[in-house]
This record gives sequence, structure tokens and C-alpha cells, in this order.
Amino acid sequence: MAPRVGVLDLQGDVSEHVEALQRAGAEAVRIKRVEQLADLDGLVIPGGESTAIGKLMTHYGFMEAIPRQAARGMGVYGTCAGLILVATEVEGSDQPRLGLMDMVAKRNAFGRQVDSFEADLDIPELGPEPMPAVFIRAPYVGSVGKGVKVLAKVGEKIVMAASGKHLVTAFHPELTEDARVHRYFVERLRKS
Amino acid sequence: MSSREQNTGAQGTWRVKVGLAQMLKGGVIMDVTTPEQAKIAEEAGAVAVMALERVPADIRAAGGVARMADPTVITRIMEAVTIPVMAKARIGHFVEAQILEALGADYIDESEVLTPADEEHHINKNKFKVPFVCGARNLGEALRRIGEGAAMVRTKGEPGTGNVVEAVRHMRTVMDEVRKLQTLDEDELMAEAKNLGAPAELLTEVKKLGRLPVVNFSAGGIATPADAALMMQLGADGIFVGSGIFKSKNPAARAKAIVLATTHYNDPKVLAEVSKDLGEAMPGIEISKINQAEMMQTRGW
Repeated sequence: MAPRVGVLDLQGDVSEHVEALQRAGAEAVRIKRVEQLADLDGLVIPGGESTAIGKLMTHYGFMEAIPRQAARGMGVYGTCAGLILVATEVEGSDQPRLGLMDMVAKRNAFGRQVDSFEADLDIPELGPEPMPAVFIRAPYVGSVGKGVKVLAKVGEKIVMAASGKHLVTAFHPELTEDARVHRYFVERLRKS
Repeated sequence: MSSREQNTGAQGTWRVKVGLAQMLKGGVIMDVTTPEQAKIAEEAGAVAVMALERVPADIRAAGGVARMADPTVITRIMEAVTIPVMAKARIGHFVEAQILEALGADYIDESEVLTPADEEHHINKNKFKVPFVCGARNLGEALRRIGEGAAMVRTKGEPGTGNVVEAVRHMRTVMDEVRKLQTLDEDELMAEAKNLGAPAELLTEVKKLGRLPVVNFSAGGIATPADAALMMQLGADGIFVGSGIFKSKNPAARAKAIVLATTHYNDPKVLAEVSKDLGEAMPGIEISKINQAEMMQTRGW
């Protein structure tokens, strides 16, 4: 059976993730309220503004509910804003976060919008073909703690990492046709 | 672990420009004139702020020529918040746009709220690394702007009025014209391109996608949570609020309520809850009372 994966639908590029998950063989559902988390195998926190999404998550009780479901086996994939929200620590900020992956996130770490860029990344876990990656006012992971595996870097900057069923990318695979990152996330949800 | 990359960083690409607008979807972009207002907007959950010297209601009241804001205003707002900061340039004033790009603004709004600098030509936005948003009243206008390089569209309302009627009119027009395109045969697209005055290849793309090829927000006259939800239900990807917040009695509460209404635009119970106790909205203006020459929406073509 196809894993049932939610996309947190508070703000951000939700429809792009829904389509990418469908291409990756998952059943995708939009999540607007906490009760909908109950029967999910996985959850995507999309790209968007991390402060806006974070405030809405706090307001509606997702900050407590998501870690609770994660403890019961739900995998969480955060892209860009989602990466920041999944981290245990955000450099120079006390903004609310889920603390699901032991790492330090750095916000807007590549600069402002004029510094946003596209690059092809080598990601051995995804096969030999380079992965087209879109970075938009992107964060990166400054350092990782125990149990977090680094999967891709730009220079020395960590831009993709995984821990158990959880996954983060600083870039946006949902803005490309390449579904390999979403498939990687979905396949690991099957192995439970 | 390899860190070797083939394409090591192409900046200012179409995907990167359109991509930022995609990240703003489902959110509210608020007009602000001071760092303090910008912080209130960010705290309320705005996805971006528009840095201005005056909100549209005050521009309308002041009259005269409205220009790009003083760079000091924009820079101070950029320093105050971590969310993206947008700024307005006059229609056709590509030097104001060059200045805004040099300042590091995240998005430029080539806006009819300011006095146009060119009555014939809009800015050639393809020449810039920074992305642009432009206003449109119909599909043809939207596609002409996209043809010039706009990476985001906002359907126009009548700015600074607190009256949503024009925003509704233009969102309905764009949506109707997109739907109509779906019913046309491929052979009929060139004639429709001529009819709309828009690039034929963009019409082909709209027909294929069933929507505009870029994100489309609604702007102009939105003053309440219900107004925001109305525009979302009509098909907007997100909301611009200009004078509606800081011209109301309780900006912080109203800003937050409009954010919550934009997220839960399809849930009348939430909308009822967030609409309570907001104090007075901004005073509105009846559109028919506005002198034709003072209409902002008709600027640009």
C-alpha cells in the first residue's frame, strides 16, 4: 500500500509538494488541522516563510502534536523553511521549532533573494545522476549531532541530511521534475 | 561524501524568481512604512513586507507625484525583519528598479500606486536578477507583464480605498479568461492572442496549465479577514494588504486575523472566530465617488 503522507498546509508551496509526492508513489493529503495527523506515515513541512509557518504551527498546536506523532513512527521531511522548523537549534534565534533532528540551522545563510541560485548536486544516495537543486533565500545546516547523516553539501555547507525516517533539504526538489528526493523519503516510510 | 557540483550556482534564473513567489503562497504581504510596523507585521505572521514611505490611502490623500521610497526607509526595514522585503518602483522607471536591486530588495513591485514614469513601456524585467511583481486587471495584461519578465502577478484592486469590489472584479475577470482559454481549440489560440494582446506561447502555457504560469496574489482594497478569504476562495494564491492594516484601529490584531483567515479561507467557523473584536476597519471609499483621473488601477496597460 502507498504510504499516506501529509503536506502541512498552513503556508508555502503546498501544491508543488503534493504533486511531487504523487510522482514518488505516495498518497498525498493536505493537513490543515492537528487531528488530521493521526493516520499519517509521513509529513512534509513545505518551503515558505519559517517565521510565518512557525507562528501558525504554534497557534494551532502543531508544535506539540508533530513530535508526538513522530515518536509514534511518523517521518518528517522539511524543505527550506521546513529544515529550520525540524532542527533542534536555529542560530541567533529563539523562534519555535520541533527539534526532531539534532542539528543547528542557519537562516537565510546564502544571502538575500538576489543571491538565490540553482546548482546541480552530487548526492550518492540518489544515484550517479546529479540532482538539480533550487536554493531560495536558503538556510543550511551549520553542524549535526548524533545520528544525523549528511547526504549533500554545497562547498562546506550541509544542504541535505537524514536521521531515522526524518529528512531535510535546504533546496526545493518540489520545484523540479526530479522526484528522487521525495521517493527517497517515501521509500523509507515503507520500511517500518 | 562528495561536494563537487556541476552547475555551481546560476543566480537570477526564472526558476529562482518564480520560486520565491511560490514560497509566499497562502500568505499575506503587508505594506509598512517604519521598522516598528515591519516588526508588527512579522510578528503577526506576514510572509513578506512592502517597504513604503506612505501607504496607498495616504498617497491618495496627498496627491502629487508618488515616487520610489527613500532608500533609508527601505534599508531600515530590511534591517528590522528576517522575512523578505519588497519595494515599489514607478511603472517604466527602470532606474528606480536598478536602485532597489542595488539595495538588495527581495522583490520589486512595478506599481500603479506610484505615479507612472512611462505611459507606454513597462520595465524590461528580464534584464534584472531581482524578481518583479506587477499588477493586472485581466489575462492579457497579466501575460504582457509575464512576457516582460514579471515572475509574480497581483490582480489589481483600487488601492487605498478599503473597498474590495475592484479586486473581486479583476480576479473574476482573470479566472474567467483562463477558463475560457481551456475551451478553445489549439487552432484558435493565435486569434485569441491577438484579441488579448498577449504572447501566443504564454496562452498555450496557460491553456496547458489551467492557470497563470506564475503565482497570482490579490491586492487593492482588502480590509478585513473576510475580504482576504473571499479573494482566496475566488482563486488568489495569497494576499497583499496595503492600507487595510495600519489605517485600522488595532493593526496587530487585524494583521494576525487576516493571516489566520488566509490560511483557513475555506473554513467559515475559523473566519467567524478571527473576525471578532478587531475594532474599526479602515474608513472605506465608494469607487463611484473617485474622480476618474485619480483611479490607480487604470495606470499601465
